[in-house]
This record gives sequence, C-alpha cells and structure tokens, in this order.
Amino acid sequence: MGLLSKKDGKLISDPLLDNNPITIQVLGICSALAITAQLKPSIVMAVSVIFVMGVGNVVISLMRNIIPSKIRIIAQLIVVATLVIIVDQVLKAFAYSLSKELSVFIGLIITNCIIMGRFEAFALANGPWRSFLDGIGNALGYGLILVVVGFFRELLGSGTLFGFKVMGDPVEKTGLFALGYENNGFMVLPPMALIVVGIIIWIQRSRNKALIED
Amino acid sequence: MSLKSNLHILKEKYKGKKIAPVFNALHTFLYLPNDTTHNGTHIKAADDLKRTMNTVIIALIPCLIFGIFNAGYQHYLALGEIESAKGFLGASFWSLDNLILGAWTVLPLVVVSYGVGLAVEFLFAVIKGHEVEEGYLVTGMLVPLIVPIDIPLWMLAVAVVFGVVIGKEVFGGTGMNILNPALTIRAFLFFAYPTWMSGDKVWVHGAVERAGTADAISGETILGSYAQNSTVAYDYWDMFWGLIPGSVGETSKVLIILGALFLIFTKIGSWRIIVSTLIGALVMGLIFNTVVDAGWITETSKFYGLMSVPFWQHLIIGSILFGAVYMATDPVTASQTNKGKWIYGFLIGFISIMIRVFNPAYPEGVFLAILLMNVFAPTIDHYVIQGNVKRRMNRVKVKAA
Repeated sequence: MGLLSKKDGKLISDPLLDNNPITIQVLGICSALAITAQLKPSIVMAVSVIFVMGVGNVVISLMRNIIPSKIRIIAQLIVVATLVIIVDQVLKAFAYSLSKELSVFIGLIITNCIIMGRFEAFALANGPWRSFLDGIGNALGYGLILVVVGFFRELLGSGTLFGFKVMGDPVEKTGLFALGYENNGFMVLPPMALIVVGIIIWIQRSRNKALIED
Repeated sequence: MSLKSNLHILKEKYKGKKIAPVFNALHTFLYLPNDTTHNGTHIKAADDLKRTMNTVIIALIPCLIFGIFNAGYQHYLALGEIESAKGFLGASFWSLDNLILGAWTVLPLVVVSYGVGLAVEFLFAVIKGHEVEEGYLVTGMLVPLIVPIDIPLWMLAVAVVFGVVIGKEVFGGTGMNILNPALTIRAFLFFAYPTWMSGDKVWVHGAVERAGTADAISGETILGSYAQNSTVAYDYWDMFWGLIPGSVGETSKVLIILGALFLIFTKIGSWRIIVSTLIGALVMGLIFNTVVDAGWITETSKFYGLMSVPFWQHLIIGSILFGAVYMATDPVTASQTNKGKWIYGFLIGFISIMIRVFNPAYPEGVFLAILLMNVFAPTIDHYVIQGNVKRRMNRVKVKAA
C-alpha cells in the first residue's frame, strides 16, 4: 500500500485475516449468526458496522484525553449509541424493508463486543488517523466473514444471491432444480451459521498453524 | 500368492508414506495383522473395536433383510397388487417380487452410505496421518435403516459427509465424538430436506413420483395418523411384526428384540440403557394416559390422538425400540457409569414420548431425544462420579471421627 506506511497498513490488513475479530477473537458472533441467512442484510450490516466503527474510533480517539477513565464506558456507549441511531434512522428512511428485516440487530450493534473492544483497546491509546484505520480494518474483517457466511447460506439455503435465482426456480423446476436438486433448509437456520463460521475457523487455522492456541 | 500376503507386501512398501493407512485399513479389516507385539504387556482380548463393530452389524442384518422385503411389500400393497400378509410369515410378504424391488431400492442406500462415509474416513486418515478407524462400520449400516426409502441418493451422500465430518472428525475421530454420527446424519436430513423426511409420501417407494396423478399412493406412518387424530389402519400384530410403513429398518419390533437379546448376550449393548429407555417411555406414556383419564384433555385437543394411545403401545409404534437398542447404547456417546446409564436411558425414553406427543411437526422425537441426551451424558457421568466421591469421603470422615 503506497498510501499508508507499512505499520498503518497492518492496522487494516491484520484484522482481515490473522487477527480477524470473528474467527480469531470470536467476538460479535451473535449478529453474525442472526442476520447472515441472506446476502443483502449481511452487506448492509457490514457497511453499518464499518460506519459506526470508523467514525466511533475517531471520535473516541479525539476525546481520549478528556474522558475521565472512571466513566469511559458510559462515554463510549453514548458515542456508539448516537452513531447507531443515525444508521438506524437512515435505514428506516431509505431502505425500510431492509430495516424491518434487520429489526433489532441494527440496534444491537451498540452491544457488539468488537466495537467496545476496539474503543477500549485501541482508540483510547492512539491518534485519530490510526484509530480510524484500526476501526475500518476490524469492521472490514467482521464484514468479510459476514459476507462469506451470507453468501454460502443464501446460495445453498435459498438458491438465490441478492434475491436472484442463480440456481434456477425451485417451483418451476428450472436450472439445477430440474436435475432433482433441492435447497438445504438447514442452511437457513441459525445453527448452520455457527457451523459455517466453525468451518471457516477450521480452514483458517489449518492453513496457518501459528493461530492454533492451546 | 494370497490376497493377505499381497496386502502385507503393499503395506511394507508404503510404510511411512501418507497413503499407508489405506492399505493398513484393508489389511486389518480382512485379516489378523502379521506383526505382533514383542515386548511389554500382552493383553489378550478377542473383543477389539473391529469385533465389537461386527457384532453390532450382525445384529442389524435381520433388520436390513426385513427392510428390503418390507420396501417391496409396502409398494405393491399400496398399488393394490397383493393382499396384505397375515402375520410375520405371510406368503405375500416373503415373495421374490418384494425382494427384487426392495433390493433395488434399499441396496443403493447401503452402497452410498458406506461408499461416501468410508471415502471420508480414508481421506481424513491420509490427511491426518493416522490409521483408518473402524468407527464407520456400524454407522454406515445404521444410516440406511433410519431413512425413508425414497430419499434421493445425493441428499444421503451430502448428509453422510456432513455427519462424518462435523459429527465425528472435527472432534478427533472415532471414540471422540459427542454426538452419535448416524443420528447426526438423520438430523441433518430432517432439517435440511424436511419434505423428504416426513409426511405421508416418503415412506412407500414410488409415492413421491405419483403424487398428484391418478395413480397416487400414500402410506402414512402410524405416528402420522395418530398426530392427525385419524384412525390407524394397522392392528397391533402388524406393528409388532413390522408390516407397516416407516424408515427402512426400524419397523419390525420382533427382529429388533432379537437383535437386542443378541447384543445383551454378547455384552456389546448395555441392558441398563435399553431397559431404562423403555421404562422412561412407559412412564411418560402412563402420565399422558392419566391426563386423558382425568379428563383434562378432550377429543377436541390436537394432542388427544397420541396422548390417548395406551402407554404400552408407544413401544411398538414409531422407532423408540430401534433407538433404544441400536442408538442409545452407542458406547462412545452414552453415559459410562452404571448409575449414569439408568438416568441417561430413562430421560431418552421420557423425552422421546414427550416430543412425540407435543410436537406434531416432529412425529418422531426419538432421534432428537437421543442427540439431546448425548450432549448431557458427560454431565450425568460427572455428577454420578462426584456423588460417589462425596459419599465415600463422608464414610472416611465417619470412621475418623
């Protein structure tokens, strides 16, 4: 990355793979399981978290010297709640059906452990630019897993991608369905999201043995 | 040169190579290995894992053969081409036509189950560099017996891959699994492809293709009929002999009882688990009967059909007996302590009947109950052992005082 120094570049690239918030730190699992049955909500969720984390990390970083450490959690909560409400209102205004579908989970971004974790661990101790990169990096790492899980769950569970019937029509028996293929109903259920995340963790750790901890 | 020495030569040739476990597996499966231990402790026991597995398979073979005949019988019976067989030895049951059609539909299930499952086992043995384990031998035989006859083969293959990889290999292979792999496979099929696993169209060969046409046939299982409060067309002897629609190998109660006696006699299956499961089922059945007798549930209730079944009949409808004998007794996933086995089995029976009655969407809850108790088995063992430790500690204290 020519734009960033090597050290700053690592802030973005590390959380994508070797220090991914979902697969390595195992944070933010709840929302990852709940909204990944379709690809579109997964992407909207990922974008929302990128916004909240990027802006939130910068704000906390700017205020880091004036927040008394005794009430820092409350201050962080106020920042993240404000941002989440902005996201929620924007979604309600411009994508009402999606907002319905994501329901409570946009609001629950507030309690997403990744966000509070990065505020605590990074933004409170670093400048705004590096905090911004760290926030974007972690949110991208989170979003990446969401999109991968959402892709497989929608493709195998509903036979669609973004609502397009890529596998053919299950009712009129076209495409793959003409050959007797059927959608895997288990993929749409939350337990399968856990298993898909587990398989991603498995693949990742067997490719990079250094990640195996015991 | 015999096959045995050929295999031995191949084994020596590939020693230390990644592919070695493949030849070792074939060799030890078919023959006793040439090499023996030369030092250290010698333990002489005939019942190694391979022998244990083979004993269970022997106990399952009558169920498989009966399932083959029953597949053909139910098909022709639903078409109206044969008369119903009166009793176990009925001439219209043990006919060549039934055998041919049944073999044509059931054997592919067996082949796919073993082929795919063993392929996964061999693959993992080669990748991980350990010996191929015998664990799949029984699972591969159980799987075709607990699925509906017309399940598409590719679905079975997908489910077997899932069950073996997620149910067993990720935990470390044979002996390390928390869940019974055969039931994991069935659970996967049930939740992934519910239209192929329940309803009145899947239990008789040919019913799915004919649905909606003039030659439509159907075969509702007895649990299905009860759940809809409709009358049951079979008498108790049909249920006992197994001349009813159902999963391939679980219909014949008499053969399952023979298999159970065989397993208990050879000390492979735990009689404690079998007996306690049946007790659990009877107790739950009795409770429901009491509720009906007390008049709390009337005929308008959707639970009435199954609740009013006399408690002892719960053992001959559905697959509780098959589950109790072949699934719950799996030594890896069951409780290990004797007292734990009683608790484990009792809860399986108890919960099975509860799911059966209360959840019309899952007409057969046995597999769910066993999977649930598989998860709890280590906890049960823990408390049994802790309780024992506590009691003995008290004894020491009393003596000291």
